[in-house]
Amino acid sequence: MTTVATSLVDVVLAALGTVADPELDEPITSLGFVRSVRIDDIGVTVHLRLPTSFCSPNFAYLMASDAQDALRRVGGLGRIVVQLDDHHDSEKINAGLAADAGYVGTFGSEAEDSLDELRRTFQRKAHTAAMERCAAVLLRDTDLTVDDLHLVTLADLPEGPHKEALLRRRVAVGLGVHPGEPVVVDEDGGPLAPEAVPLRLRFAKAVRISIEGNSHFCRGLLATRYADADDGMSIHVTNLRSTS
Amino acid sequence: MYEKDGEKYFIVDAHIALWDGRESNQKNVHGKQFIDCFYDYHKNLSPEEVVWDYDTYTYYGGRRLMKDLFEDGYVDHAIFQPALLGDFYRNGFGQTEEAFGLASEHPDKLTYNHAYDPRNGEAGLEQLRRDAERMNLKGVKLYTAEWHGDSRGWKLDDPWSRRYLEECLELGITNIHVHKGPTIRPLDRDAFDVADIDKVATDYLGLNFIVEHVGLPRLEDFCWIATQESNVYGGLAVAMPFIHTRPKYFAQIIGELLYWIGEDKIFFSSDYALWTPKWLVEKFVDFQIPADLTEYAPITTDQKKKILGLNAAALYHLDVPAELRLPTEAGDAGVEVAAGARS
Repeated sequence: MTTVATSLVDVVLAALGTVADPELDEPITSLGFVRSVRIDDIGVTVHLRLPTSFCSPNFAYLMASDAQDALRRVGGLGRIVVQLDDHHDSEKINAGLAADAGYVGTFGSEAEDSLDELRRTFQRKAHTAAMERCAAVLLRDTDLTVDDLHLVTLADLPEGPHKEALLRRRVAVGLGVHPGEPVVVDEDGGPLAPEAVPLRLRFAKAVRISIEGNSHFCRGLLATRYADADDGMSIHVTNLRSTS
Repeated sequence: MYEKDGEKYFIVDAHIALWDGRESNQKNVHGKQFIDCFYDYHKNLSPEEVVWDYDTYTYYGGRRLMKDLFEDGYVDHAIFQPALLGDFYRNGFGQTEEAFGLASEHPDKLTYNHAYDPRNGEAGLEQLRRDAERMNLKGVKLYTAEWHGDSRGWKLDDPWSRRYLEECLELGITNIHVHKGPTIRPLDRDAFDVADIDKVATDYLGLNFIVEHVGLPRLEDFCWIATQESNVYGGLAVAMPFIHTRPKYFAQIIGELLYWIGEDKIFFSSDYALWTPKWLVEKFVDFQIPADLTEYAPITTDQKKKILGLNAAALYHLDVPAELRLPTEAGDAGVEVAAGARS
């Protein structure tokens, strides 16, 4: 029984781990945004939290609805409830999630069409940052200079987490992962003239620093905000399910 | 003035506030959420020994402000940048009349910038004209994430905002400080997008746009825009305290800013009372880009002098004592930066 119960918790946490903060490009589970998980005979209830009451509601909604979708994809969990705590739009977002109202139904006149473009904007930024990390490794560990980088393809990248991250993000923005594909590409994924590479990388570096900096900032604020919470930054998990 | 190792620094704190976040002034739960959010910023990023208690933080008054800035904080001149937040606080968040009174009492030490909301339409324009005359305004602070009835934000290139900017030109209000908070409407797009700054900076070359907290959390987009536009500047509010908690990240921000926008367009500010200037000035004068960040040149004493005060002094035409000036002019907006990036 214990084994079964533990694995159910693991399954739920793994599903939540597939949800990323689009802006910080990190899983909500490692950012501390999952406050609690409660599993019982009826279903699964997840509470989310963010670094401030005034975090952008569009990102807040994306993460909460992505969490709901991720848990539904698991199948067989029963009734799934995702709630966002302590946000200026908590009421609106929670009501929208409960009613399955979708983005436009949740926000009414403040929403125009969809959050797809917002998501794409940050997928592009995440790809740009991942590309820069790979290029920086080559410049640091090999004899290549920035003037050689327009010739570098995916096959030239050393295996490891940086390359894996780049490949994942290339898929997310619709780019190929064939070994012959160039690593350093323009904003839309197209090839670059050799003379355009240095400035592209310089900007990519600013993107990477910005994302990493925001992550420091959000983590720090969240830790301060919930410093007095019973479980601190860890996820409070309760499993009351009597059968598997 | 701050002096260390034989070098003297003229200090301009380009972003300060006198606020009232007390419960008695809160209109609704958002007033509490807002000041609590500020307090978390303060607690998270300040050295432990300079953290205030919550009650002091919600309201500290003019006397405490004068002491923290001018007696303890080395500041020679400071600029009020009020946030109105009329939908969250009964008597507004920034105490505009109290701050204006303080600035009138100490014109050598304080400049009062006012704030407006373009959603007030024609009546607001009329008010701006009266305020400009009474307050002798040289600058304004605009907070695009301000809530206003059903609206939860606005853009600088909205039609009414353009009318207000045109009025600013007429009235000689040339320094437009912009605080990009999360502008909610429409929710489809990035709430922190700085593209509207690009549009108005191009269209109103007679105005200077000082982007507070250097566009964070969109540092890269801000840098790109500031590189293209000669009249876009960066205020270090919010970025400064990282010098304590995340010195390497702070070094990267400064390194990026020096590369993209250059040493003449960066302004120091404590964002008082989010943080206090004393420790920030001390740490910034001691600060150096770490040796392992080989891509950035070391920051020079002259660059620090410009950032800490001479740049803002140039923009606000403040009188800097001869011994605190540099042999060359600070605040030269025409300097070439980020070679190749300017189109």
